[in-house]
Amino acid sequence: MHLGLDEPVRECQYNQICTRNSSPMETLSHKKKRTPRRKWQIFPGRNRFYCNGRVMMARQTGVFYLTLVLIMVTSGLFFAFDCPFLASNLTPAIPVIGGVLFLFVLGMLLRASFSDPGVLPRATPDEAADLERQMDAANGSSGPGYRPPPRIREVVINGQTVKLKYCFTCKIFRPPRASHCSLCDNCVERFDHHCPWVGNCVGKRNYRFFYLFILSLSFLTIFIFAFVITHVILRSNRSGFLNALKDSPASVLEVVVCFFSVWSIVGLSGFHTYLISSNQTTNEDIKGSWSTKRAKNNYNPYSYGNVLTNCCAALCGPLHPSLIDRRGFIQPDTPQPLSHSNGSGLYPSTQNHTHMAAATPLLHSDPVMMGRAGPPPSGKTSLGGPCSSLAPSQPSLPSSMPGLGCAGDMLTLRDPDAHCHHHHFVSPEEMPSPLGPSSLVLPFAAHGGHLNPAQLYDPASQDSLHEDSVRGLVKLSSV
Amino acid sequence: RPEPNRKSLEGAESPYCPATFHNLQELRHSASLANKVFIQRDYSEGTTCRFQTKFPSELDSRIERTLFEDTVKTLNNYYAEAEKIGGQSYLEGCLACTTAYIIFLCMETRYEKVLKKIGRYIQEQNEKIYAPRGLLITDPIERGMRVIEISIYEDRASSGSSSGSSSTSGTSAR
Repeated sequence: MHLGLDEPVRECQYNQICTRNSSPMETLSHKKKRTPRRKWQIFPGRNRFYCNGRVMMARQTGVFYLTLVLIMVTSGLFFAFDCPFLASNLTPAIPVIGGVLFLFVLGMLLRASFSDPGVLPRATPDEAADLERQMDAANGSSGPGYRPPPRIREVVINGQTVKLKYCFTCKIFRPPRASHCSLCDNCVERFDHHCPWVGNCVGKRNYRFFYLFILSLSFLTIFIFAFVITHVILRSNRSGFLNALKDSPASVLEVVVCFFSVWSIVGLSGFHTYLISSNQTTNEDIKGSWSTKRAKNNYNPYSYGNVLTNCCAALCGPLHPSLIDRRGFIQPDTPQPLSHSNGSGLYPSTQNHTHMAAATPLLHSDPVMMGRAGPPPSGKTSLGGPCSSLAPSQPSLPSSMPGLGCAGDMLTLRDPDAHCHHHHFVSPEEMPSPLGPSSLVLPFAAHGGHLNPAQLYDPASQDSLHEDSVRGLVKLSSV
Repeated sequence: RPEPNRKSLEGAESPYCPATFHNLQELRHSASLANKVFIQRDYSEGTTCRFQTKFPSELDSRIERTLFEDTVKTLNNYYAEAEKIGGQSYLEGCLACTTAYIIFLCMETRYEKVLKKIGRYIQEQNEKIYAPRGLLITDPIERGMRVIEISIYEDRASSGSSSGSSSTSGTSAR
């Protein structure tokens, strides 16, 4: 039968066509068409997502688990060993209050750690192109008098001139008070600092949770400290000091932990209370942005003038929504680059290829998507392989919480995850200043007299290095 | 340049643009994207969300200045309402704090409510004013509140005499 003869020939042809067309990229895009993916899976920053995008944290979370363990173990020991005695001898209100405080502390910690700090999504390719065009035009136009360089825009806020810098990674002009976190590789609005204890950046959206966490933790620490001491004293009155210690050995551990924590946590709470009342961020305070030492008529343009309004605005202001829509679905029509789940860079070379392929069609024939279509993360287009690496492997704290630095133990604390990532190499932008936007500062000593910001942070050199590395990569990838 | 009368603004053929787009569906199917204009944020009042009301030159031939400014000013007012710090926001903040923010699992924040209103407003503006002129506004929330993106379309059928691609080619239509 001629059909029988034809069929094997046709089959061969079909197979040949199949193998030619199905490259790894295309099979992946086929898969994507069948199973709609969520935007967190292609998020360009160095964040980790859990619970299908509901939880968002920084990459290094080891210290966060330490915080969690310390709080839970100390509180657990308190409830198990000290509370029975105190409840029966003093009042049962003690474990109740302690329990409420403990739950509040935990709630605030989890809320601060798991929520989006106010990450600014990166610019779409069209926006980035538009900005580039504007900057080139500004560069080309000649004119006498002072003109700020094209990568900086000046704006007058409340009578104070503020410089808005261009972020090379995110391809946007950063809003005032925003800063780019080198650890998470995101621009964060109202960036305060990157807190390793909380395992996340502290920014506009989670600052109040962070503040309430350290405030309630100070109360909890003082509470436990006071009542454990009371417990030991009451026991010693009955049966002598050494017997008291033998009867409740856990108390010793609790006292030690609380004693060392109290200084740093209470100090930190005091520092942040000062920051809130003057409506400054840790970043601004360290850099001395609004200090009168910079200029005689320097003042904070964001402050409302009175302490109460500043506090209310920071703690009871409106809760801004997350701008990154991490649980939204990627619209299947828009060409999306390959994902790198949880930020790890797989197939960097093919990523580059699809990024370039994805970028140009959008400028011409993309139909407009209504609904939350995710902008393809254009930041990675230029950064590609070499810069998709991780946090510095240096032991020094990339951006630590001020206050804890004074305790000295933070300096020696090595990031437990650092050794796992030694097979990636450190990106050039992180080499010169691993301290990032914030730095180690003694808060309760320093806010009276600010340390010279130039010693701690040199934004110009960091920016220029970043600029050079990105320029080089853009040239390479555009060939 | 002739000033159009108000009657010709809604739905019917705009005197500026030769193409007629009666609704968003037609816009998407029969038009091709020519250009995009980005209205940047205005930070002169601090970090609150405001967009610049400066009329971009690319839209000069496509839409009247007053209509555009009205849209942007209304959006700015909506955002100001969402971010207003006053009695209601304090109440919401304190209530949320006392319930350890669990209350937001069942209730949506005031900001989210206003964002929904903004979404409806933009949809309405697109249908009534912008689509008939071959323009489309993208909700700023989809661009991370950085810009208001206005897409300029040209009719594929009349691509020979299109005037929407750039402001310089628009002068020939006059």
